Amino acid sequence: MARFNVNIALAGNPNSGLTTLYNQMTGGLQHQGVFSTPGNKTKEGPVKGHNGANVIELPGMYSLSEYTVDDMANRQILLEGKPDVIINIVDATNFERNLYLTLQLMELEIPMVLALNMMDEVYSNDIEIDMNKLSEILTIPVLPISASKNRGIHDLIHYAIEAADKHQVPTNIDFCKGHVHTAIHSISHIIEEPAREIGLPVRFCATKIVEGDKPVIRQLSLDDGDSAIIRDIIKDMEHHMDTDREAAMADMRYAFVEDVCKEVVTKEITTTIQHDRAIKIDKILTNRIFAIPIFLCIMVFIFWLTFGSLGSLLSDWLSVGVDWVIKQIGNGLLSAGASTEVYSLVINGVCAGVGSVISFLPIIAVLFFCLSILEDSGYMPRVAFVMDKLLEKIGLSGRSLVPMLIGFGCSVPAIMATRSLPSKRDRHLTITLIPFMSCSAKLPLYAMITAAFFPTNGTLVMAGLYITGILVSIICALIFNKTLFQGDPVPFVMVLPPYRIPAAKSVALRVWENVKGFIKKAFTVIFVATIVIWFLQSFSPGLTMVSDPSHSMLAAIGKFVSPVFEPLGFGDWRAATALITGLSAKEAVVSTMAVLTKATSGLTLAQMLSQMFTPLSAYCFLTFCLLYMPCVATLATVRREMGGWKYAFSTVLFQTGVAWIVAFIIYHIGSLFV
Amino acid sequence: MKLSELKKGKKAIIETVGGKGALRRRLLDLGLTPNTEVRVRKVAPFGDPIEIFLRGYELSIRKDEAAVVTVREVN
Repeated sequence: MARFNVNIALAGNPNSGLTTLYNQMTGGLQHQGVFSTPGNKTKEGPVKGHNGANVIELPGMYSLSEYTVDDMANRQILLEGKPDVIINIVDATNFERNLYLTLQLMELEIPMVLALNMMDEVYSNDIEIDMNKLSEILTIPVLPISASKNRGIHDLIHYAIEAADKHQVPTNIDFCKGHVHTAIHSISHIIEEPAREIGLPVRFCATKIVEGDKPVIRQLSLDDGDSAIIRDIIKDMEHHMDTDREAAMADMRYAFVEDVCKEVVTKEITTTIQHDRAIKIDKILTNRIFAIPIFLCIMVFIFWLTFGSLGSLLSDWLSVGVDWVIKQIGNGLLSAGASTEVYSLVINGVCAGVGSVISFLPIIAVLFFCLSILEDSGYMPRVAFVMDKLLEKIGLSGRSLVPMLIGFGCSVPAIMATRSLPSKRDRHLTITLIPFMSCSAKLPLYAMITAAFFPTNGTLVMAGLYITGILVSIICALIFNKTLFQGDPVPFVMVLPPYRIPAAKSVALRVWENVKGFIKKAFTVIFVATIVIWFLQSFSPGLTMVSDPSHSMLAAIGKFVSPVFEPLGFGDWRAATALITGLSAKEAVVSTMAVLTKATSGLTLAQMLSQMFTPLSAYCFLTFCLLYMPCVATLATVRREMGGWKYAFSTVLFQTGVAWIVAFIIYHIGSLFV
Repeated sequence: MKLSELKKGKKAIIETVGGKGALRRRLLDLGLTPNTEVRVRKVAPFGDPIEIFLRGYELSIRKDEAAVVTVREVN
């Protein structure tokens, strides 16, 4: 029995190598723990080779201010979760900004170890950093590591566990001078007791009060007398400093950090090889003229890889395997003398359900492979920089563009990709808009209808649909900005990290995490939905199995709801029934249409369709399909990413409502001309 | 002058950081404090945001947001 339950929190700036270090420490393993609740991006896993040691990776942060949802979650974990030790990972090539966070973490009264990362880059640039001096100034152990090269990790873990065991809390260092110093000390005395009572670190509270941090002031609930004294102290400080409290604190911290750098970095150079390289690459990738064409080429390539070549190759292999398994099961059932009901349940219900979950896997795997490379290489922030202006107009930032474009392929990975967005508001709005991007599963339907009704100008109709989707999403975004998503959008101030070669291990792990996450969270929902649809399709309202689907329960429901679509020009019950089956997957609309119209060849299907639709109502039907409720896999993903069924249900209502209104408008305006 | 008005390639020293709430907090946390040297590295293809260089790293910031920072141009 070695040490038991040491909780190590991993904290640092974004792009300082947090995830790489986490992966090296855990081997990529992850478990659900007390710190990682669904909805936050915190990861938690056992430390390899150290029994009972648990590491918690906090999403990257620049300070302990409450700025984004991640910041709030981080602060809560550090203050209330009380990890036993913090490993503060610091990008040694970007000392100043990283140490600014270090100063704040040191105030938490939690044992701490500093991991100086990217040391390989430091050495290759001939920069010299005096580790002993740094450790002396900060009063905490400082360890050089290179997370991507797996160097120094072993020692780091050792020192971290030791610091936790001995409960080595960093000393409060006086980084402030003059009036700020006086203010912090005076306030510390006043709040010491109330802070201790609610278990908050005194020094942290004092500096946060000087900064004017509202959550801390609220938590301490000081009496009027104390509040008045504090107000006077601050006013006095601001008066003498000729600046305000927020700026004064930030200035003091940075001034201290600058001094530390001067003392510790013994041989400094103005720029690094990596930085020069980034500037050279940026000359092309964010070039005024080339930036957008290059981005479009990359996106086209990713789509081709995902939906064209590699993805479809993997899908084909998978479906060969799946078909073989289904055939074996079918044969087994037949030879065991299973009844028609059981045979149909297993083959058309269970196997179809499993099959539809599996069909998403190659797409998710290939897409996240590409996205991980874009993200880890540092290209993604450049895309956001280049394209930001376009999305700013609809109240989003450049960060939302790539997830929205992925929506043209498949909403499921697109919604999963919004995880990289910094604010909950942006995320929610982006997720709401993604399903309006016409996904590739709708193409067979477009092809079927255009072949039947618009054989000569099919391209125009298709383009019209895609544009309608984009226009509707823009209009909805504008309306939402004025209503549901009011308030200041989170400012778009974004660090552009240097370009780095993505580590194969973290790319592979990211792909695996996404695939696994999708299977785990979406499987049940998709599975159940497919079986429900099968049941409704195969049984009559009298619960006997039907061979003719037009006598099924689903058809009965279709007949019941079809009047709703009368004002849109397609009141035929078969259209309504096909729309309902679209819930399981959008491709199902086509197959249901084919089955219900009893068409056997393309020609007869076209003839049957022309009895159900006029060209105008066919176009309205397509528009409705474009916009109405997404498939169950998307709904399951919305629920998972937004953290609740209510979001999934509101998506259903909202999109179906929008689809109805838009189709209604098109039908009635169209009727005036046709 | 405002940081948003600084021309591409020009250097300046930050004088004050205005704005309020989350934006101001973020700017200060990222090291845009008085007397810090900044340089405008680039302007995005659509004319906004701009890319600035300070404290050894690059930052993308919208012109609207850069307008809250006043600077003094230097050579």
